[in-house]
Amino acid sequence: MTLSAQTTATDYADRALAGGVKPRRWGSWYIAEHRFRGMRAYYQTILATSIGNPLVYLFALGVGLAALVPQGIPNGEGTISYLAFVAPALLATAAVTVAAEESTYPYMMGFKWNPIFYAMNAAPLSGNQIANGMIISIVGRILPTTAIYFVVMVLFGAVPSALGVLGILTATLTGLAISVIISMYTAGIEEDKGQMAMIMRFGITPMFLFSGTFFPLASLPWFLQWIGWISPLWHGTELGRVLSYGYPEPAWLTAVHVVYLLALSALGWILTQRVITRRLNK
Amino acid sequence: MPAPVITATDLTKKYKDFAAVDGISFEVAPGESFGLLGPNGAGKSTTMRMVGAVSTRTSGGLSILGLDPNDHGPEIRSQLGVVPQADNLDQELRVRDNLIVYGRYFGIPRAVISKKADELLEFAQLSDRAKAKVDDLSGGMKRRLTIARALVNDPRILLLDEPTTGLDPQARHILWDRLFRLKEQGTTLVLTTHYMDEAEQLCDRLVVVDKGTIMAEGSPASLIRDHSSREVLEVRFGSDRNAIVAEQIKNAGDRVEVLPDRILIYSPNGEAELTRLTDAGLEPITSLVRRSSLEDVFLRLTGRTLIE
Repeated sequence: MTLSAQTTATDYADRALAGGVKPRRWGSWYIAEHRFRGMRAYYQTILATSIGNPLVYLFALGVGLAALVPQGIPNGEGTISYLAFVAPALLATAAVTVAAEESTYPYMMGFKWNPIFYAMNAAPLSGNQIANGMIISIVGRILPTTAIYFVVMVLFGAVPSALGVLGILTATLTGLAISVIISMYTAGIEEDKGQMAMIMRFGITPMFLFSGTFFPLASLPWFLQWIGWISPLWHGTELGRVLSYGYPEPAWLTAVHVVYLLALSALGWILTQRVITRRLNK
Repeated sequence: MPAPVITATDLTKKYKDFAAVDGISFEVAPGESFGLLGPNGAGKSTTMRMVGAVSTRTSGGLSILGLDPNDHGPEIRSQLGVVPQADNLDQELRVRDNLIVYGRYFGIPRAVISKKADELLEFAQLSDRAKAKVDDLSGGMKRRLTIARALVNDPRILLLDEPTTGLDPQARHILWDRLFRLKEQGTTLVLTTHYMDEAEQLCDRLVVVDKGTIMAEGSPASLIRDHSSREVLEVRFGSDRNAIVAEQIKNAGDRVEVLPDRILIYSPNGEAELTRLTDAGLEPITSLVRRSSLEDVFLRLTGRTLIE
């Protein structure tokens, strides 16, 4: 009798141990898969904005505004066309915009408005995996956006160097950095009191304006230049310029851009995991 | 006796100084249908979250399927089906897709879960709604879909937190029927409820929980037998006279409970009590003789009613 009872208990435990293997290994991807399935419902909107945005921005700024700057922008010894100057900035900005959208409301949804994070956690998935899955899906959403953006840039003749194609990756990295920094905050929001509109208004928009997007950071008064230095968008934009038209900056500065973006991404990623894990374990 | 699938020993969960669950101990046998009965805020949901391996206990012992949730959360959860108090279906996905996506969380291959999803829709009587949006389902349908979702992994234990709260009577009966079938198939059910009729319908055994502690334990019948009389006479004399009359009849039956709107007289024979009252010239406005229920057990144990 005792023997059979023990066997049964071991059976249960064995079955459970086996059942945990796949979710532990692949859980993050299951969540990303879920998110992509959800995005299918509005892929037409995603596609339309992904193509429409670069068309509108490159036309308005690269062609329209550029007409006011016929002499171009100083670039080392020579100059570069305003279109070529602004295009890498717009590419990075597109990544940041998608990152900001996907890192605000989806977390509020997942915890509060349609609390699917709790459902994921009730299944064998952990808080860390939920964070990973969200981040993977956000990167998966940024990457095609920047790729399409890049194609339109090429069509506009805005990418002088073949290396410019790497700008897809640096812009996506910029998006990732912004995304996780926002996520670690939004994942902890218990109640929507307009914080997300604040992020857009007082975070993303000023960053867009003061990150050397439309004019070189050096043209700003010195006491405003720090905004550029802390802004992931500035680092991403400068990286894009180096790749796209060989913007001459010291190699160490290029290294700083990469390290800064990677460091922010890693830090934000870990903190997002912690915030989600803590919030689920109540 | 087979080894229990859940063993809680002195299980405690504290939030700062407040003990939501204060040292409760219980065991659940495989195939058993076990209930936690208590009012809102009694600590039922917190207990369920600990048993569901998503909330870390503050102290005490907890073993689910022979494993400690602190070390083996995902492993334990791979064997559980969870029906939470508030539906958390993905409203951006359609009905069938909710099952598919959830099945993937357990690592079930796409082809397998696709077939399983159709079976579960059948079980939940939602086959004709497979492509509907979750938002367009009625409350009862959403609950059934949530239960279907909880079954994607053929769980050993199904945890149901207030499964029928907010549903109309017909929807509740459909749900009870589905749960009863699962019970017949040998699924272990653990459910919380503050409805006595639900506990009586579904539970083989239950614990009465109040303020984070267990007040009593047993089958619905034995709890009633041990903590109440066979019958109850309910009489109303009008809100202004209830208290006065209660004083006159305080020795009637086995025990008398005075509620704001009525007086309950516990006795093996309710009709006899009523006759005695009328013989004494106390004519109630309304009277009702009924069998004792878990509500009476709860009132006896805590001095309060379940639904306040």
